[in-house]
Amino acid sequence: MANGENVPGPILAADGRPLRQSLARALRLQKLRALMLIAPLLIFILVTFAAPIADMLFRSVENAIVPDTLPLTVAALEDWDDASGQPPGEKVFAALRRDLLAAVAAKAHTKLGSRLNYEQTGVASLLRKTGRRVKRMEEDGDLAAQFAEVHKSWADPETWATIKRFSSAYTSGYFLNAVDAKLGATGIEARPENERIYIFLFERTLLLSVVITVACLLIGYPVAFLLATLPMRTSNMLMILVLLPFWTSLLVRTSAWKVLLQQQGVINDTLVFIGLVADDGRLAMINNQTGTIIAMTHILLPFMILPLYSVMRTIPPSYMRAAKSLGATDWTAFWRVYFPQSVPGIGAGAILVFILSIGYYITPELVGGTSGTFISNRIAYHISSSLNWGLAAALGVILLVVVLVLYWLYDRIIGIDNVKLG
Amino acid sequence: MAALPPYASTGQKAWYWGFRLICVLIFFFLIFPLLVIVPLSFNPLPYFTFTPGMLALEADAYSMVNYNDFFTNIDWQNALYNSVRIAPVATLLSVSLGTLAAIGLSQSHVPFRGAIMAVLISPMIVPLIISAAGMYFFYSRIGLQGTYVGVVLAHAALGIPFVIITVTATLVGFDRSLTRAAANLGANPVRTFFKVQAPLILPGVISGGLFAFITSFDEVVVVLFVGSAGQKTLPWQMFTGLREQISPTILAVATILVVISICLLTTVELLRRRSERLRGMSPQ
Repeated sequence: MANGENVPGPILAADGRPLRQSLARALRLQKLRALMLIAPLLIFILVTFAAPIADMLFRSVENAIVPDTLPLTVAALEDWDDASGQPPGEKVFAALRRDLLAAVAAKAHTKLGSRLNYEQTGVASLLRKTGRRVKRMEEDGDLAAQFAEVHKSWADPETWATIKRFSSAYTSGYFLNAVDAKLGATGIEARPENERIYIFLFERTLLLSVVITVACLLIGYPVAFLLATLPMRTSNMLMILVLLPFWTSLLVRTSAWKVLLQQQGVINDTLVFIGLVADDGRLAMINNQTGTIIAMTHILLPFMILPLYSVMRTIPPSYMRAAKSLGATDWTAFWRVYFPQSVPGIGAGAILVFILSIGYYITPELVGGTSGTFISNRIAYHISSSLNWGLAAALGVILLVVVLVLYWLYDRIIGIDNVKLG
Repeated sequence: MAALPPYASTGQKAWYWGFRLICVLIFFFLIFPLLVIVPLSFNPLPYFTFTPGMLALEADAYSMVNYNDFFTNIDWQNALYNSVRIAPVATLLSVSLGTLAAIGLSQSHVPFRGAIMAVLISPMIVPLIISAAGMYFFYSRIGLQGTYVGVVLAHAALGIPFVIITVTATLVGFDRSLTRAAANLGANPVRTFFKVQAPLILPGVISGGLFAFITSFDEVVVVLFVGSAGQKTLPWQMFTGLREQISPTILAVATILVVISICLLTTVELLRRRSERLRGMSPQ
């Protein structure tokens, strides 16, 4: 910067540097300082949260178990034409024998069996049985015949076609499974009628979420309207009635509904006492869709009321008065003047409730029975009971995409910076 | 809904009172489930409804047996111990990291602000079951599944969006000339932070911390997958209790939790008003 004095052009800062440079440096430092403050948290979130989500995305397409367990067989199958209608030749069987010997030693063949069983029923038992007998096979004998003797499926080209179809390290199989389809001999095909479940579950999740959102809107709108038009002191008092459920543990509220809605519960007892319902005709309000809808509407209601309220507070009451003084009836003034201005609040509340509701797990699990459960309950089932993690991941990814699209909409309409708590 | 004018017609009067009645019913719907469990938790019999004796307000129809069970049963005490062990540590993590980041985010020039914000808020947006599934897969890979550390990290991640949102909201109203004045008077950045900025943003930090605490304290889905029997928390114990044999002790626990949430709500409300007063806003 020594030549700074010689150049007449740029304005100089106190230390002799050109001002433009000096300012740019200050800005850079400022940016760097801001990033330094954010960095620890960003790294923390990336490791504890973003990496798990990425892992889930990866697991939904990962299929390394087949090429890892049967490397030689997969390579040998390359030359076999799965449309030929013939089982593959002796070379493939020899490769399979060596792969299986290694797999049995590593106890990996049962895992492979459960993986391929998702695509073709019966492969799990086939591999278990073959695993027990493969050591006794004679290497020089007719291997195809020996395998067919253990289990006739080895002579069936369909078995081999399945192995070949799922021999790559990545697969779309889980995603197809998640939308009730499968990769058949002729390409993507729908599963048989009696195996379809996920499309139905997705539909039910969306439908119930819509019902819950509408119920929250219908119940929440009058309350938000009342709170927004009452004097501040009164509305702050009443607001406590909305905030208390919001702050109370989810499980407390769910257990309260479980207690209230039971056949021998408080609501049924009261109805019987009043005489509205006969003692033997008690209403079934729990362990079905009714239970899910009632409990979740109650749980998500504050998420509808709070955004509605914050929008309605900003609507000047003079507009309604002006409309009335110009001759509008109460209804017209509300419907043509007030309501359109409250629409942003409806949008915010509805999207928020809908997003929260389609991913709900605890409440449907506890009060939903079998007819009131959501897709999330199925995901949990696949993780902890059926152990089909790939399918759980694929279902999770689909749900995540739906939520992210809605979230994007929410951001476009309201903006995430406007999220308010309490 | 202003007060009813004296010239209101009968229809208007009917609607005015009808509307209020509807609102009262809705408030009743909101609050009744929470209130009903309080008397029911004193029911000594293993039913979840009012016995005739309770309705007649007989003293011996009420009993503390469920509370006794909660305080003596080893399962419940373990669960309480685990909850108390996990939630504060997770809160501390999310508050310390979250406050730093919120201060960084509220600087005037932050590159990729939108993208960073989206990543930091994401634990609140992604459905819990998906977070739980992802964490279960990933934490079992790196050996954190079923450990205390794993659960604390997971809960800290879930609490962070709340800290970020409340603290950035407080910082929006923060007068930057105060820090400049402090620097001008010779305070270094650290001193400026602790003496000038921290006291002013403290209400936001505390209420963010309370949100983070309640998130961890109430959380059940993630701990269900990331934790193992050694990390069984209070909500987890309630969840198993509700799913399998529903024991009346749950109602006693629920009542205690309602009392705790009333305390938390009061604290947050007081903090909010204090913060608004400090920032010279009208007490709305």
